[in-house]
Amino acid sequence: MKMKKFRYLDHTAILRLDGDACVGCGNCVTVCPHRVFALEGKKARIVDPDGCMECGGCAKNCPVGAIFVNPDDGCGCAAYIIQSWINRVTGLRLNLFSC
Amino acid sequence: MARVSSSLGWRDRLGTLRARIGVVRHRYRVNPGLYCLGNPTHESPVLVSANYKLSFDSLRGRLAGIDAFILVADTRGVNVWCAAGKGIFSADEVALLVERTALAERVSHRRLILPQLAAPGVAAHTLKKNCGFSAVFGPVRAADIKKFLAAGMKCDEAMRSVTFTLGERATLTPVEVYLALKPLFFAIIFLFVLAGIGADFFSFERGLARSVPAAVATAVGLFSGAVFTPVFLPWVPGRQFWLKGMEVGALAGAGFCYWHDGGMANIGLALWVAALCSYLAMNFTGATPFTSLSGVKKELPRGLACQIVLAAVGLGLWLAAPFIRG
Repeated sequence: MKMKKFRYLDHTAILRLDGDACVGCGNCVTVCPHRVFALEGKKARIVDPDGCMECGGCAKNCPVGAIFVNPDDGCGCAAYIIQSWINRVTGLRLNLFSC
Repeated sequence: MARVSSSLGWRDRLGTLRARIGVVRHRYRVNPGLYCLGNPTHESPVLVSANYKLSFDSLRGRLAGIDAFILVADTRGVNVWCAAGKGIFSADEVALLVERTALAERVSHRRLILPQLAAPGVAAHTLKKNCGFSAVFGPVRAADIKKFLAAGMKCDEAMRSVTFTLGERATLTPVEVYLALKPLFFAIIFLFVLAGIGADFFSFERGLARSVPAAVATAVGLFSGAVFTPVFLPWVPGRQFWLKGMEVGALAGAGFCYWHDGGMANIGLALWVAALCSYLAMNFTGATPFTSLSGVKKELPRGLACQIVLAAVGLGLWLAAPFIRG
């Protein structure tokens, strides 16, 4: 698989699946751009937790709310995070990095 | 209803180029609404897109010979994935547009094809509840849509996976350079003022003579961090981006010293090269399709601390050099 050579930090992404709540609809399997989930029998399972980039597509499309992904606002972008820190400290609403 | 073509003209290509460089960003939009492609009937598929013109063009440009409707959601000029991630591209937004364009009167089916990367913003079950149309997630890339339609709206694993090819990475580098140019221009002006400072307080000639290598070092750091590191990303060892950038920057800095001389001022500038390269590489996390927010938050404090210390020591050495030489 092509993305295997692009791995980010292991044991870092926040992704949880409540197996008891899962109804096995397979939406998470469909939408995940890193193929983190697999459907086994009538339940979804996380097969590659470190492949997760926390885009949140699975959680958004889970009809029973069985998936939890890091809910923090923003994207995985250094400049955006620095800007939100600056804005929190100064109380301003700057847009320095045009993202 | 507006009719659009699947072939892109020179204006579209020029627009794509300008957007890729970064000259136009959020202003590069199409009007939200329903568009006709080819000669769609009431049974033709409805493809949903964002109103960033680059998104819209990459969709219609791949649909030669297809009769379809394109429903362009108002994502404030932001691309599909980023708009979905920020919640602008949402089920509410799509449902609103379905009603406003009276889509139910134009098609007999009740199905919308969404880009897979709209999933972080658009909940399929909410969409169905809001407007009666069910959502089918199409492939990640517009290039696979014809294949998806031909296969009876099915995707294989490759069509569902994001990639980050050499070409895709290279395409992203011009805008990184462009956005860094403005702050770096001011940095060079600032360095020029500092460059004149010496034992005799200030000399314009010394300022000019010393700011040339400083500008060269800045350009080397910019290129190595915003172009070289992204393009060679999978081959630069390590996972953290600041570290990848530091490795490339250290090599580039060493090269800089080799081409000039290894005096104190140039060693200082080499440290500046490494710090700048590391920062720009870290900044590229925002453009990749695989870095998580948790991961970036983890590496950011370490990276930033190293970059600030290196830049400060480098600037200190460079400033101190004319005093020591006497």
